[in-house]
Amino acid sequence: MPTTLPAFADATASDSALRRFLHGLPGVDAVGLEARAAALGTRSIKTTAKAYAIDLAISMIDLTTLEGADTPGKVRALAAKAVNPDPTDRTTPRTAAVCVYPDMAATAAAALAGSGVKVASVATAFPAGRAALDVKLADVRDAVAAGADEIDMVIDRGAFLAGRYLKVYEEILAVKAECGSARLKVIFETGELSTYDNIRRASWLGMLAGADFIKTSTGKVATNATPANTLLMLEAVRDFRAQTGVQIGVKPAGGIRTSKDAIKFLVLVNETAGEDWLDNHWFRFGASSLLNDLLMQRQKLSTGRYSGPDYVTVD
Amino acid sequence: MSDNRLSVFKTYKLYVGGKFPRSESGRVYEVTDSKGKWLANAPQSSRKDARDAVTAARKAFGGWSGATAYNRGQILYRIAEMLEGRREQFVREVAEAEGLSKSKAAAVVDAAVDRWVWYAGWTDKVAQVVGGANPVAGPFFNLSTPEPTGVVTVLAPQESSFLGLVSVVAPVIAAGNTAVVVASAESPLPALSLGEVLATSDLPGGVVNILSGKTAEIAAPLAAHQDVNGIDLTGADAELAKELEIAAADNLKRVARPQAVDGEGDWTADPGTHRLTAFLETKTVWHPTGALGASGSSY
Repeated sequence: MPTTLPAFADATASDSALRRFLHGLPGVDAVGLEARAAALGTRSIKTTAKAYAIDLAISMIDLTTLEGADTPGKVRALAAKAVNPDPTDRTTPRTAAVCVYPDMAATAAAALAGSGVKVASVATAFPAGRAALDVKLADVRDAVAAGADEIDMVIDRGAFLAGRYLKVYEEILAVKAECGSARLKVIFETGELSTYDNIRRASWLGMLAGADFIKTSTGKVATNATPANTLLMLEAVRDFRAQTGVQIGVKPAGGIRTSKDAIKFLVLVNETAGEDWLDNHWFRFGASSLLNDLLMQRQKLSTGRYSGPDYVTVD
Repeated sequence: MSDNRLSVFKTYKLYVGGKFPRSESGRVYEVTDSKGKWLANAPQSSRKDARDAVTAARKAFGGWSGATAYNRGQILYRIAEMLEGRREQFVREVAEAEGLSKSKAAAVVDAAVDRWVWYAGWTDKVAQVVGGANPVAGPFFNLSTPEPTGVVTVLAPQESSFLGLVSVVAPVIAAGNTAVVVASAESPLPALSLGEVLATSDLPGGVVNILSGKTAEIAAPLAAHQDVNGIDLTGADAELAKELEIAAADNLKRVARPQAVDGEGDWTADPGTHRLTAFLETKTVWHPTGALGASGSSY
């Protein structure tokens, strides 16, 4: 079982110690945070920098399909798109991963074998996370056995909001132990955490528990990734590395649909966490329609004329 | 009214997606009357405004082309009603823009209102005129129906800033297309005011999008745009029209060449139906009559 970093061993010793630690984190200046996120969003990224940003963003996408109506055919089609996003231009980079439900992980793994594109699977009773721990762990085991390289877990928001931080912490530890070599992304569902202070606490809680990635949201609620909550999480991973030397990834998910939005997030990454995070090992976008917009922008840059939705694949 | 009242100048703005934005570029240019007197500043659109207009037009296309022809006719008639109510304003703007006397300008505005009514009547009749059942040598119904081409770029005539504009825009939307309109470069004010009429006529946002600025600058990206299905080159001079037609060939846009059939630019003439059919595509369906069907049914 992975152990907590020595520097924070006493913080996670008991429920009350953990609560003391998390509530001892500095409060978030909400107005300042949003103003900074908005200001960084006004950066003008053009020409060669834009081309670089578009290719980087494509390579950071976890191409996602999380619908009740998912079929093996749809997952295979999505996998084909992840490997070869723009059939008219073979220089287009591949996406980072394909993200599916656990029962589709085997299909995705077979379709992506040898391509270098990872299989990510949501687990732990996604998206609500309302199930007993052993059910959640079975879900994770299942996904890992089916060939998932990455596991996207949801935290128990009910326990978190009730202040039972140790329960959340131990749950993440248990899931991490089930993951084996798979990387663990911990979803906070920031839209349900109500306050920026809670998002900062959840970030630290996830990092202390051994998350490889912290992720904003499931994409299933009204408020998903926003520049402000992603900025806050980027600050958390930056501070965490400064204190422990351990680098942790960030994944905003849901609601990022345009190239412009994606580039704004990349600016946040560069200005907050730094260049070390400008790599798909450390930063991801959970998205599906974003890819088409990036491809259309890419076509615009290479041909000089505006493209249209008829020139990219559906889904 | 007291003499020392502050004058209230009108800010002319673009009409895109049912809203009235300024140009994304922040640019404006001076619009003068026929004698060179300053009238107003008009937004000078950039290629990004053109792109946004296409996005809006594409978004509106499904709803507008899917609306019943009868409903489209009602809305076009409603535009005529709204124009009638703002007749004074348009008479003034047309008189200033084209250097006409008040009575001549009034005749132009009346003709423009009548043109909306003319095309409003055509929306639910054009299918019977250009479509129909075709005789074929086999046990099939063979039916042709006209369908709108899609998103159409319309370069409005440069000289006739209002009647000419209405004469090229109304048939495009009457047929069920959505339009990105580039107004007359020298006299864009009647076109920009028309946007205010369209916004209050039950016309869904994005069906007509009106841009002002340098025609060549806005038209070039529109002619090359892969998500535009047709382009009406009426407002382009011969050289520009040739360039645009070459760019438009890339994705096989339907092109209406300038002045081919407009009676040397006399916009008061009977419009006919050629503009109405210019941006229609014919769909033909074959359907077994049933007489020889395996089921034995006949209908």
